[in-house]
Amino acid sequence: VSPLLFLVLALLTVVAAVTVIAHPNPVHSACALVVTLFLLAVFFVGLDAQLIAFLQIIVYAGAVVVLFLFVIMLLNLQREERATAGLAPVALAGLGGGALVLLLLRGLHGARTPPGADVGAGFGETAAVARKLFTTYLLPFELTSILLLVAIVGAVAIAQKRQP
Amino acid sequence: MADVLIVVAKVVFVVLIVLQVMGLGVFFERKVSALIQDRIGANRAAIFGVAAFGLINTLVADPIKFLLKEDVVPAGTDRLLHFLAPVLAVVPLMLTFAVIPFGDVLEVGGRVITLQAAQLDVGILFVLAFVSLGVYGVVLGGWASNNRWSLLGGIRGSAQMISYEVAMGLALIGVVLTYGTLDLQAIARAQGALLGGWLPAWGVLYQPVAFLIFMVAGIAESKRIPFDLPESESELVSGYFTEYSGPKHLMFMMADFVEVVLVSAVVTTLFFGAWQVPWLFRDGFHFPWGATAPLPSLAVALLQVTAFVLKLVFFTWLQIVIRWTLPRFRYDQLMRLGWQGLLPVALANVVVSALLIVTVGARVA
Repeated sequence: VSPLLFLVLALLTVVAAVTVIAHPNPVHSACALVVTLFLLAVFFVGLDAQLIAFLQIIVYAGAVVVLFLFVIMLLNLQREERATAGLAPVALAGLGGGALVLLLLRGLHGARTPPGADVGAGFGETAAVARKLFTTYLLPFELTSILLLVAIVGAVAIAQKRQP
Repeated sequence: MADVLIVVAKVVFVVLIVLQVMGLGVFFERKVSALIQDRIGANRAAIFGVAAFGLINTLVADPIKFLLKEDVVPAGTDRLLHFLAPVLAVVPLMLTFAVIPFGDVLEVGGRVITLQAAQLDVGILFVLAFVSLGVYGVVLGGWASNNRWSLLGGIRGSAQMISYEVAMGLALIGVVLTYGTLDLQAIARAQGALLGGWLPAWGVLYQPVAFLIFMVAGIAESKRIPFDLPESESELVSGYFTEYSGPKHLMFMMADFVEVVLVSAVVTTLFFGAWQVPWLFRDGFHFPWGATAPLPSLAVALLQVTAFVLKLVFFTWLQIVIRWTLPRFRYDQLMRLGWQGLLPVALANVVVSALLIVTVGARVA
């Protein structure tokens, strides 16, 4: 990805991400979240990770946020009322955030972009990712799937309890 | 420069195919329904007395009427999302056609052109990704209209589309196991093999169950009868696009028909040989009884594109006949079919396919 394109995309992503938390309307926030996730997928394509990019769109943009929207509409959430915090929490948050930004700037100062690592042919393609997943990272992969299974069983169990 | 022009030409060609088949779908919708219900159907509009069996009415007069109507935006709507929803319904669906191959290769002046707008390693996932984005048009259109019927339609639509995408994805896993690739052009080429020297190895022979599941889930995705609960005229006026008029309404209608063509295109590509013509190879026909008929590259490509378009038209027609034959599901029936009918069958299909591939090698390679 050319630096200019990267900058434009990065700027758009940050704007969308800020909109998610700053917009008073929950539906608009959810839409901004879709835009953010879609732009992240574009970054993945730029990094030769096509498989991850499209999985990102299918799972997050195409399913998870749709469920968010579904719940927002079902509960009929209106524009959110701004809670007014006192001066002290705002000042504290500002100080903490400012310190983090300073720390980041300090860390980034003088940092050099490492030369692009040489990746083999077919890097990021389905076959290569799958081979890694089912050999080197088999255990974490299977553990993750068990974790997801536990979450599904848990969700069903909680839903069952509510029924009369 | 020439490369850029070739890509542009391919993109324009794909869009033209999609729009033409879609237009033909609209024509079928009017005339096939009339035939089924023993009516005459659209035949009023004519240019210099030529009605062309209603083609003028459906493909010239109706679009002009839609485009010239007033675009009413009711009070209390979310203007931005109300405007964006129809765009979000059509654009992702049109994009999916970028990875659908419409022919093998064309050799022109020493240049080998692949007849596919974008050859992606993850073609099937590309299609699934953009189909899943199509749901936003429905949800946001329903919400932004500030109308209870619209909202109900939008909520129904989102639940329905997510439910059937699960079965659709699982059906495709069986297909991917069979072909061992996600690349649609590679899948199309693999179907050129001959079983026993004469039977074309089309996907439906290996994955008949996946074909049926995908077809049902695909019709459910396009939100047409028997799955038209998001729209259901008899209860929700017009569902999620009740508050849309003129060109925006046309875009929602267009999204429906583009999805019909998309389902046809994916079914054709995965299960019915894509652009394959039986016994036609790159250098011409090789009949199983030994005769050969050599053909130039251009003729072969033309035959393949024609075969692909004819298959598209056939499956578009089939979906329209289905739409005018069946009554609408009840909502609980819809959910039961998706989660308790299609999903377990699709899962079983994955397991059985995997077993067959390991034991008898039932795969296209």
